[in-house]
Amino acid sequence: MPDAGTAIMRADVAVVGAGPAGIAAAVTAAGAGRTVVVLDASPHPGGQVWRHRDRRSLPAVARRWLNRLDRSGAQVLCGAQVVDAGPGTRIGAEYQGRALTVEAQAVILATGAQELLLPFPGWTHPGVVGVGGAQALLKAGMDVRGKRMAVAGTGPLLLPVAAALARAGADLRMVAEQAPAEEVRRFAASLWRTPRRLLQAAAYRASFLSVRYRWGTWVKRVAELDGELIVTYTTGRSSWAEPVDLLCTASGLVPSTELARLIGCAVRAGQVVVDDRQETSVASVYAAGEPTGNTGMEAALVEGSIAGLAVAGRGGGEAGKLLAERDAHRRLAARVAQAFRLHPELRDRVEPDTIVCRCEDVPMSAIHPGWSARQSKLATRAGMGSCQGRTCGAALEHLFGMTRDTVRIPVAPTSIGVLADLASQPDESQGAS
Amino acid sequence: MTPTVRIFVNGAPRDVPSDVSLAAALLNAGHAAFRRSVGGEPRGPVCGMGTCFECRVTIDGVTGRRACLEKTREGMQVTLDA
Repeated sequence: MPDAGTAIMRADVAVVGAGPAGIAAAVTAAGAGRTVVVLDASPHPGGQVWRHRDRRSLPAVARRWLNRLDRSGAQVLCGAQVVDAGPGTRIGAEYQGRALTVEAQAVILATGAQELLLPFPGWTHPGVVGVGGAQALLKAGMDVRGKRMAVAGTGPLLLPVAAALARAGADLRMVAEQAPAEEVRRFAASLWRTPRRLLQAAAYRASFLSVRYRWGTWVKRVAELDGELIVTYTTGRSSWAEPVDLLCTASGLVPSTELARLIGCAVRAGQVVVDDRQETSVASVYAAGEPTGNTGMEAALVEGSIAGLAVAGRGGGEAGKLLAERDAHRRLAARVAQAFRLHPELRDRVEPDTIVCRCEDVPMSAIHPGWSARQSKLATRAGMGSCQGRTCGAALEHLFGMTRDTVRIPVAPTSIGVLADLASQPDESQGAS
Repeated sequence: MTPTVRIFVNGAPRDVPSDVSLAAALLNAGHAAFRRSVGGEPRGPVCGMGTCFECRVTIDGVTGRRACLEKTREGMQVTLDA
C-alpha cells in the first residue's frame, strides 16, 4: 500500500502536460533559469501528436524538442495524473500510487485537446473508436494488419490517420468525409497561402489511393453481429451497410479545459481565455496549446514558448515575433474549423435509446435538450461517472449548446487514500524538492 | 527484437512486447471488450489517451486502471469483466 502523507515538491514553474506546448514551455522556462516540474499522465513525454514507443520513429522536429527537454533540467514526471488544482498555482496529483503536491510560483496548463465523440446508434460497441483513439492505439502498438477498417467523420485528422492505418497494413475499406466535396475543395484552394499543408494532404491521400474516399458521406448507425461491426453509411439520399472490424469516427477536437475551469480561469466558447503572454484570467496561471483553441502542434510550440518566456519575465523582441506566428496559426485554424464544421445531420443521428453518457448508460430519451449539464446530471447521473462528463459533456455542448457543469475534484478518479493525503497537511519531511 | 514480457489475462499467460500499451496488447490478443458498462454492455477502448475511461481493467487487484495508460509489465495480472 502507498505510504501515508503527501510528497511535496516546490518549483518556480509547474507545467501540466508534456505535449508540444508543455515541452516548449518547460524548455523555454528552464532555459531562462527557472526550476520546472512537468506532469504528464502518459508513460512518455510527447503528448498525443508525438506519442511514441521508440523515439527514433518520430519526425525530426519531435526528436529535437524531446532532446531539448531531456537536457533542459526540467524534472519530467510521467505517469503523474493530476487530480486537483488550485487555489492558484497549487497542483495535486497521483504519482506512483501516492499523493503529490506541487507548489509553484506559476502554472502552465498545456493539457491538450480531446476528441469530440458524438453519440450515434451503436457507437458504444467495442471496435468503434475515435480516429485519434485509433492513432493513439496504433502508436501504442495496436496491430491492424489485415483488419477491415473504416475511417469516417470530419476534420483534419481524417486523412493523416487513414494514411497511417493504411501504411500499418490495415485493410482500409472506406474513408468517408462528411463535408461535401465543394467545401473540401474550397478549403484546399484556400491553402495556396500555405502550400506545405497542401503537399501534406496530397501525400496522405497517396498512401491510400486504392481506397474509396467519399465526400458528403457519414455513418448513420453501427450494429454488432457475430463480432463484426455492420456500418450503415448514408449520403442523406441513399444508405448502405458494410462490415468492418474497426470503425474510426472523427468529429474534431475540443480543448481540454477541466483543470482551467477547476482553477477558475475564464473559458469562452470552450476555450481558455489568454492574453498576449498566454496568461489566463487567474494571475500566474497560464495556458498554452490546444486548451486555448484547436490550432495544432506548430501553434502549440509557439504558445508554449510564449508562456515559458512570460513566466521567466522575458518579453521583448522574441516574444513579439512568436506572437505574430501565433496569430497566423490561429487564422489558419479558423479556416480549418469552417471547412470541417459539423453538419446538423450528425445531430439528427441520435435516437431516443442511443446511449449519451457512456459511464452511466444514460439514453438520449432521459435527457431534455433544453437542460443545463447540471440539470441533466442531477436528473439522470449523466456526467457523474468515471470520465466526469468529459465525453458526454462535450457532446451535449456541441449537439444542444448545453452549458458544461462546474468541475469538481478529483478531475480523474484516484484512491481515497491519495485524496485524503492531498487534503491533509503536507508532510514536508517526506517530500522531494 | 523488442523483448517480451509475460502477462496474465484472466489467468491465462500471454507473451507480449514490452513496449506496447496494455490496451494495445489486449486488443492484439483478440479482446475487443475489456469491461461491462453499468447496464451490462460490453465496452472497449475508444479514445486511446485516458479521457473516456472505457478501457478500465483490474491490474494486480487494483480496479479501474485505464489500460491505454499502462505499460505492460512482467507478471502483470489483468482481469477483464467482459
